[in-house]
Amino acid sequence: MAKDVLNKVPVREQDPKVRATNFEEVCLGYNMEEAMKEAERCIKCKKNAQCITGCPVSINIPAFIGEVEKGNFEEAAKIIAQSSALPAVCGRVCPQESQCEGKCIRGKKGEPISIGKLERFVADWSREHGFVPAAPETTNGKKVAVIGSGPAGLTCAGDLAKMGYEVTIFEALHEPGGVLTYGIPEFRLPKQKVVQAEIDNVRKLGVKIETNVIIGKSVTIDELMDEEGFQAVFIGSGAGLPKFMGIPGENANGVFSANEFLTRNNLMKAFRDDYDTPIARGKKVVVVGGGNVAMDAARTALRLGAETHIVYRRSEAELPARVEEVHHAKEEGVIFNLLTNPVEILTDENGWVRGVTVRKMELGEPDASGRRRPVEISGSDYEIEADTVIMSLGTSPNPLISNTTKGLEINKRKCITADESGQTSREGVFAGGDAVTGAATVILAMEAGKAGAKGIHEYLSK
Amino acid sequence: MYRILKAECLADKIYLMEVEAPRAARACQPGEFVIVKMDEVGERIPLTICDYNREKGTVTIVFQIVGASTLKMSALKAGDAFKDFVGPLGRPSEFVEEDIEALKQKKFLFVAGGVGAAPVYPQVKWLHEHGIAADVIVGSKTKDMLILEEEMRAVAGNLYITTDDGSYCRKGMVTEVVKDLVQNQGKQYDVCVAIGPMIMMKFTALLTKELGIPTIVSMNPIMVDGTGMCGACRLTVGDEIKFACVDGPEFDGHLVNFDEAMKRQQMYKTEEGRAMLKAQEGATHHGGCGHCGGDE
Repeated sequence: MAKDVLNKVPVREQDPKVRATNFEEVCLGYNMEEAMKEAERCIKCKKNAQCITGCPVSINIPAFIGEVEKGNFEEAAKIIAQSSALPAVCGRVCPQESQCEGKCIRGKKGEPISIGKLERFVADWSREHGFVPAAPETTNGKKVAVIGSGPAGLTCAGDLAKMGYEVTIFEALHEPGGVLTYGIPEFRLPKQKVVQAEIDNVRKLGVKIETNVIIGKSVTIDELMDEEGFQAVFIGSGAGLPKFMGIPGENANGVFSANEFLTRNNLMKAFRDDYDTPIARGKKVVVVGGGNVAMDAARTALRLGAETHIVYRRSEAELPARVEEVHHAKEEGVIFNLLTNPVEILTDENGWVRGVTVRKMELGEPDASGRRRPVEISGSDYEIEADTVIMSLGTSPNPLISNTTKGLEINKRKCITADESGQTSREGVFAGGDAVTGAATVILAMEAGKAGAKGIHEYLSK
Repeated sequence: MYRILKAECLADKIYLMEVEAPRAARACQPGEFVIVKMDEVGERIPLTICDYNREKGTVTIVFQIVGASTLKMSALKAGDAFKDFVGPLGRPSEFVEEDIEALKQKKFLFVAGGVGAAPVYPQVKWLHEHGIAADVIVGSKTKDMLILEEEMRAVAGNLYITTDDGSYCRKGMVTEVVKDLVQNQGKQYDVCVAIGPMIMMKFTALLTKELGIPTIVSMNPIMVDGTGMCGACRLTVGDEIKFACVDGPEFDGHLVNFDEAMKRQQMYKTEEGRAMLKAQEGATHHGGCGHCGGDE
């Protein structure tokens, strides 16, 4: 085969027709040969490697790719582990196109290096070969509490444990992982194989995880610090509160938040016959929204056997979801009703959804976000038949912690106020991730977790 | 794991369990609830707190068999354990945060229907411990279905029991007792707390509105996480959408849209019914008998 330096080594995927009926992972990833071949394309920038600046956790990308090219996968894994506790997750769900790969010099002419797929390969290889990150030999005896076991909390806890702290993570649900467990579906992020394995690696660093503890209810931050001996706290409680549209019919039977639909399926495993969780499978499902969560909900509904529509008020160019997710959704048969906005949910005599009245939109002038504002076209209403409607309009932080922690400031959007080191208005209390920024991405939460760990270390070293 | 110290069948299909859950036992207050998950594959089931012992670190729950998951749960014995037990959830009853002296001036009427006696008990007990004697009406279908009678008698001011079929004490609905107390016996109440099946709370609230008694009800809609994350438990209260798990479970009974709430409670009824038949009938269940609509 001739050397093709301009194009990525293609990654194998499950056939769209087949995968639309199962919950197995869509992307199959590189094998050893493919990974080494792709690694060869990298020119291993010695100075000013732009990919590193594009990575929120600053992985030394050229160095690990260099090791992959030579076949030193364990060495590559060690380089990644210096910066990231969750490489198998990030290799799968990071928006690489706008981060590391978006900055790759190779991408100026031709396609950038497939950094995400290489990271995934290294992480999967090291898991399959039993490579375990080294735990520190002794602890420094200082206790830190981390609230939430999502990407921010796991990263913060992992980094602190490596520095010798005694870290306990408190998780409200019965399984750790946060959005990695309840939100992102199995077909994008396998739970047992990938998420649990990476969480186990964080545990192997000495981190304790206590599930079924709701901070603010089961115990407060003040009690953790005053009575349980924690010297610092990191809040990584995410943004879990769903938004609804406030249109008529929204409380009808058959209308769900994407959070409920995905939680039933991912955390509670409704798609598996051996679990007791009920779920509305639906024959015709309308998902309202255009983000990654909307794509996840639509592709889940499709796999449960429904004809599935995405209803989004702007055009394809404005879809906030990753291009890859939109592409996958289309391939699998999700129907896109763009420039369309629901105005009412129609119900039958028993209070069940029978359809959605939608209004056509056109794009006007750009708004504050820089995206063109959708404007209603009057007299354009029509009905879409549906028995299930899933609202995927974004989420906001849960007020349970801010309401029960004296002196913890929040902003107008109910997000906790914190500086770059994660320091909040309360001494010894740090925060990061969606709880601070509002709903964002896994990798940005990890960046905040890292910053929080550094902030806590500096605070406790004073 | 959360060990079960005591498991008791209180009445037909109604069970009581005392469970070791130190964090929940230490923090819980009347009005709040817990979520339990029996094993790996089980559902998360929201249950009201019937009692708690802070020293022992235990929480007592009471539940009725309503579907496959509660049927499975009823087989648990002392010494067994729940895989997950989380709480407390929701907000405490309003009176817990009120000034005790002001509370002592108030006359409370509790109306419990069926298993609703379980969440009413810790509220009445709390008031009793703070020197306040509340009147309590307990309604039950039959004498055999009546629960917590002795416990309730020990903490209530006056206890009025009524059964639908007249097999014990009075015969009739709880609403008839409320009417009798207020209209015939000249009782005056400042607050009514009604907890039980939605239909009973709806009619109690309709009556107390007529009688001009502010009324609190405790809603038990479908829930998944119980922390405000899923929105499955949303209700219309007045003209606002509220989540029972974090804004409630107690709301102004005169503002709750019960008809909508009752419809929403049917959401997984068929799914749950099917699952229960499957659990009961095991391998002989083929879904073709017409009782459950099949298993597609």
